[in-house]
Formats: sequence, C-alpha cells, structure tokens
Amino acid sequence: MSDRLPGFSTLAVHAGAQPDPTTGARATPIYQTTSFVFNDADHAASLFGLQAFGNIYTRIGNPTNAVLEERVAALEGGTAALAVASGHAAQVVVLQQLLQPGDEFIAARKLYGGSINQFTHAFKSFGWNVVWADPDDTASFERAVTPRTKAIFIESIANPGGSITDIEAISTVARKASVPLIVDNTLASPYLIRPIDHGADIVVHSLTKFLGGHGNSLGGIIVDAGTFDWSTGGKYPMLSEPRPEYHGIRLQETFGNFAFAIACRVLGLRDLGPALSPFNAFLILTGIETLPLRMQKHCDNAKAIAEFLASHPAVASVSYAGLASDKYNQLARKYAPKGAGAVFTFSLKGGYDAGVSLVEKLQLFSHLANVGDTRSLVIHPASTTHSQLDDAAKIRSGAGPDVVRLSIGIEDKEDLIADLEQALSA
Amino acid sequence: MNHDAYPDNYIRGILNSVKSIAMVGASPANVRPSYFAFKYLAQRGYDMIPVNPGHVGKDLLGQPFVASLCDIGRPIDMIDIFRNSSHIMPVVEEALALDPLPKVIWMQLGARDDAAAEKAEAVGIKVVMNRCPKIEYGRLSSEISWMGVNSRTLSSKRAPAPTQGMRLSLNRMSVGGGDTAASDRAAKNKSEQS
Repeated sequence: MSDRLPGFSTLAVHAGAQPDPTTGARATPIYQTTSFVFNDADHAASLFGLQAFGNIYTRIGNPTNAVLEERVAALEGGTAALAVASGHAAQVVVLQQLLQPGDEFIAARKLYGGSINQFTHAFKSFGWNVVWADPDDTASFERAVTPRTKAIFIESIANPGGSITDIEAISTVARKASVPLIVDNTLASPYLIRPIDHGADIVVHSLTKFLGGHGNSLGGIIVDAGTFDWSTGGKYPMLSEPRPEYHGIRLQETFGNFAFAIACRVLGLRDLGPALSPFNAFLILTGIETLPLRMQKHCDNAKAIAEFLASHPAVASVSYAGLASDKYNQLARKYAPKGAGAVFTFSLKGGYDAGVSLVEKLQLFSHLANVGDTRSLVIHPASTTHSQLDDAAKIRSGAGPDVVRLSIGIEDKEDLIADLEQALSA
Repeated sequence: MNHDAYPDNYIRGILNSVKSIAMVGASPANVRPSYFAFKYLAQRGYDMIPVNPGHVGKDLLGQPFVASLCDIGRPIDMIDIFRNSSHIMPVVEEALALDPLPKVIWMQLGARDDAAAEKAEAVGIKVVMNRCPKIEYGRLSSEISWMGVNSRTLSSKRAPAPTQGMRLSLNRMSVGGGDTAASDRAAKNKSEQS
C-alpha cells in the first residue's frame, strides 16, 4: 500500500463509500431505517457508552449519512464531519458546543440574510450574543474580541454579493484570541476553496446548495479540522469537562482530533434532534460525485455572464470577484483560482422598478429563494432573503434596493445571455 | 521516525504484525479511554494484558492485572502506555530491561516523550506517540467511518461485516501522505510550545 494522494475528483466519487458488506451493492444503499439491532446486551451498552463503533438510532447516526460525512470531511481535508438537516441546523449545533448563555461570538456582517436573522434573533433568545465585524477590515474583528468571545464566524464567499473573505487574515485574529474560526463554505464548495488549508478550525455548509447541487434536497454539514485545542482553561466545557450525559467521559481526551465532530453528534444532534434523512443524504452524495464538473461549469458560465452584464448599457454595476476590475479580484485569485463562484449581484440603472421588471421577464432564470442549483436562478434580495434587515443593514450586507442576485446554473451560457438580453432590452 | 506525522504504512505494519499488547495504566472503569481501547483491541483478536499495580488480584474482561511489565513472564510484542507524558520515561526504561525486547512502544493520545522515544529507537524498537491504537485500527479498517470520521483510506473491495473477534483488513489505499494534514500541523505547533 503506497501513501499516494488521490486527486479531488477521485475523492468526490470514492471517499467514504465502499461496496455494501452484505449485498455487494456498489452504489451507497439508502438505509431508510430508524434503528439498528444490537448483537447482545453488552454490544448495546458499549454503543450507548460511546465505546464501540456502530449504529444505534438514525437521530445519532446512519450508514448512508456516514458515507456523506466521510466524503465531505475528505474533500475539505478535515478529520471528521456530521451531517444534519440543514445549513441552519449545522450553525445551531456548532454554536451549542461552544457558547454558554451570556457568551459572545463575532460574525462577519456580510452573510446570508437567513444567518443574520438567526444570529440576531433566535440565538439572542439562547443568550448567545453576536458581535458584528466588517470582513473587509480585519482590525474590526480584533477590536470586537472580549473575554467572553468563544468563536469567529465568516463566509468564504459571501452571500449575496460574491465577495471573497481574507480567511488567513481573520484566522490570525482567531488564533491570537484562542477561539476557533468557523467558515461557512457553502458558496465556494471545497472544489473552489478549502478553508482548513487557510486556518479554519470548523467548516459548515448548506449541502442544499452546490454540494447537493440539484435543488432537490435540504441538508447541512459540520466539518472538524482537528486543529483546535479545546482543553485550555475550561473555556469549552462541552469538550474538556466530564460529561454527565455519558457517565463522566471527557470528549477531547477520548476522541482527540475529532472530538468536536463527536460533540456535535452526541451532545448536539442527539439532544437537539435535527437529523438528516438518509434519502436526502443519498441524493446529496450522488450530487457530490459530479461536483468538480458542475462547479467548473457554474464558474465559467458565471464569468461569461458577469462580463456580458458589465458591458450592458442598462446595468449600473456588477459585483463579481471573477471580474478583473472587481474590488475582490485579488483575493479571488489567491483563494479561488479555479473560479470565483456562481452567485453574484448586479444593479440596474433603472433601480428597484427595473429589477422587478427584469425578474418578471426572464424565461429561463427561475425566480426563487435558493442558490447552487443546476438551473439558473434570480431573486431580488431586498424584498426576499434580506427583507428582515433595515435599509442601512441591507446596503451594508450588499443587498440594497436596486440589487438583483443571480445564481448561474450549468445550462449553455449563450442561452442564459440571450434570456438576460431580451429581459433587459424589452 | 518523524513523530509529528506517521505514514499510514508505518502504523499499518505495526497493527498487522503485533499479536500481544501489554497496556500500562489500563483502567477497569468503563468510562476511561484505556478501558475502551483495551476492550476494542481484545475484540479485534489481540492478546491483551492489563498492567496496573493498583488492581492486582482483579481482572479486566477476563485477563488478570499484573503489577509491572516484568511480571508478565512471557514475550510481549507491543507496550501501549496510558500514562501522562511525565510518566513515560520510567515505563520505557522498564521495557528496555525486558528480554526479549518488545517490538513496539506506543504512547496514547496526548502522551509524548521524545527523549524516551529516542532511547527505545536506539535499540531498534518502533515508537508511536500521541495516537490511539483503537482509533488507528478503526481508521485503517474504515470501521471508524460509522462515526463520520475521515478514515483517509479508499477501497473498491467488498469487506465482510465485522463480527466479534474478527481481524479486519487494514490494506486499503491511503489518502494520507504528501502534505502534512492541518491537524498534524496543529499538534506539532502545540508540542513545540509545551
């Protein structure tokens, strides 16, 4: 057995999966079952005590989901992963392991509108206090650090404007503050950016987007980089202290560099309950097999369309980091050399009304609240995904009233350009 | 041997060749990591000997405790040390007095003593530090994949479902090697600071 490093596409097809031990089935079977029979009483006790590898109940783990978990962990270069019901569920489970009531976490101001809402309102009711910082200004993260800070949260490519975050600069702040850096890598996918290589300690995804890729299944995942030392100063008691739920086990001591993923499973998923359906896991796994092919086509199409829009007389501005003139182009060249993603925004000279009219006239682009589908999508963030923000916050997060967001699919780019052309000129 | 990041083949070679393992610091308390590892390795067919002077007269899963390595009275392939880094050296010195010498000295997750490792390696003993044999066996066989852990191995072969006492194949293709993994880099930084 030689220690050779397989490429990304090989991992996308093979990691985590092997022929089914019982039937020889080569595709990963859908283990659509709630529970698993124990061999005997001792086996049951060993599994419940976290002493043995194996399956108990699908809210804690499932063989189909386990293939998905290992595959994404391998693609991201992490030690382990945990699949959950949605990207939002992943965020709750991660922060539950890190924060006690009254603690703080610092988050980039430019985030998916749903995350801004979750952090501002839902998490506030748990006593988890978000402190906002500007991802374009690393010093603003440094200034936000207090003794109660327990984590820093950023997006690698930020929704909706497709701006690129300087992950390494912010990871330096996290390291200095001795807190983990959490990176939402949904819009990049590990094909474009692997945040762990740039200093992330935890990576989260909405699998619903590019990883699943076909707009048919919700899912979320948490990847443990295995890089953070949870034992210092009792700051992270879920990881470092004896857990009464498991007769006094200390997770970091027992599970080493994948203790965070285990904590998310046995303290988060088990007790909060947002389990992923094995059927969804199967569909997402099938999607991941073609991730490298799809993601390159998404990016190539997006660049062609951004260039078309930038030269169109009705367009006021295009925010796409893949354009040479874009503010984030240098960061895109560093972090995402294969392409700057496929979600970006542009604004129309005709303002809000022109945006609404464009959305109504498009024939191929679907007007809906999702991104990362094979189909091209369009939405007006100010009235939908970011509608809960006030006007100033909308502009700060790149979702002003004149802004239209596109998620470019894998259709023929000439057809997408023709559709935009007719909708803009009509 | 570079003790910051072990090639899979090194670990695979050790786990495929040793048959008897003396576990120093084995605990009869079923929430301690040593108990988990002892039980798992016994289930995978290793001949396990618990070593702990505090429990002589009792047994661990049917195997009687002995007080020290020299009380075992027969050749041992591997010594697995479940003690803090500061208690490693005396155990290694005791191991070096055995005849015949053990083939492998393994120090558990979190335990590392480079001076002790150097002494053992000088007489041809293979050393592993800051790893768990249960985790490594589960990883190389991919049994640990049930918990969403990245085994860093691939295989297109059909393997049998594991049953009690069954040795598993560890001969899967490794994804490891090449660049040092982020987790190994972090462990290295930590060991340099301490």
